[in-house]
Amino acid sequence: MGEMDQMKKEAEGLKSQIEAARKAAADTTLADAASGVAPAPRVQLKTRKTLKGHLAKIYAMHWATDCRLMVSASQDGKLIIWDAFSGNKINAVPLKSSWVMTCAYAPSGNLVASGGLDNMCTVYNLKTPVVKTVKELDAHTGYLSCARFLSDTEILTASGDTTCALWDIETGKQKTVFLNHVGDCMCLALSPDMNMFISGACDSLAKLWDIRDGTCKQTFQGHTSDINAISFFPSGNAVVTGSDDCTCKMYDLRSDQEVISYQDAQLNSGVTSLALSVSGRLIFAGYDDFNCNIWDSLKGEKVGVLSGHDNRVSCTGVPQDGMCVCTGSWDSFLKIWN
Amino acid sequence: MSSNSNLTSMRRIVEQLKFEANVERIKVSQAAAELQQYCLQNASKDALLVGVPTGSNPFRDPRSCALL
Repeated sequence: MGEMDQMKKEAEGLKSQIEAARKAAADTTLADAASGVAPAPRVQLKTRKTLKGHLAKIYAMHWATDCRLMVSASQDGKLIIWDAFSGNKINAVPLKSSWVMTCAYAPSGNLVASGGLDNMCTVYNLKTPVVKTVKELDAHTGYLSCARFLSDTEILTASGDTTCALWDIETGKQKTVFLNHVGDCMCLALSPDMNMFISGACDSLAKLWDIRDGTCKQTFQGHTSDINAISFFPSGNAVVTGSDDCTCKMYDLRSDQEVISYQDAQLNSGVTSLALSVSGRLIFAGYDDFNCNIWDSLKGEKVGVLSGHDNRVSCTGVPQDGMCVCTGSWDSFLKIWN
Repeated sequence: MSSNSNLTSMRRIVEQLKFEANVERIKVSQAAAELQQYCLQNASKDALLVGVPTGSNPFRDPRSCALL
């Protein structure tokens, strides 16, 4: 047997081993285990604010840590910083490339970042008298699908070139490249303790990475199409994903497997975005069918829907204090609900 | 040579699988119990679950009062 064949056999053997180990740990499902929990109440949220200002499809939004300001990105070529309390625009940042796919707010509130089909992540300083470009992080060979700041000096990116990267903003160089996905990386989320992050890709896998040593710690399968959205459960012990296969799934990190799937026979639109409420009980998932469905994370049941957009819901976000949920859409509006 | 790079890729795949096979796994019943506990312990702080009192909703425009 050639080395190649031998290794293929070894790989198959290891995959079976992992399958068996996961099965052995699967003594129940999350829904069954939670059967004794009272169902979540029917969730009926109202639109408190409609943020109007973008002139084209909104692709991304991200809350600032003050839970009041937020940044949105649209293919009208602008980032807008909003005061969600008043609905006023604080800043409009013109982008060099209008093909934006992601935006992020730094935890300090000093910086924002954007990126897209230009393959770059551009970092802007909001605190100078006029908003200035701090750095153009240029090394990915594919589109930038997601970016998240760790601090004012470090940022994580996910790219269509199948890699994720940790950058030093000051030098503009990649400190670590995370290699393992075999499809475009579409989303990433930081763990609450900031030591790990999770990525979702077009290879239908979610991967858990150690930020400091660059290694892929765990791989989660189950989806049958691109994973477009990903988020940590607030305890940091589980991860929720949303996919083009029209389902969301929760994977528990410590049992290393899928513990529940959020799906409905009548739902046949892909999931574009998702966000969890602060207790982790509610999952807000944006779909291609213009709605945002609300799921009871423990029981797997739909408990509400946010309808109001006239086009695809492309982004969703819950601020750190959990006081509301924001949805952004291809209809060019953002809505704040609670 | 492409056959060498295929071999290198395959070696990496096998190494990664070995690593992932060694992950310690807890039972789903234990994981589920902890996820449940987290949700229930934090439910009262979850404004989207329990509601926001009208007076203290920062996103709601304050109503004007008419003094009669």
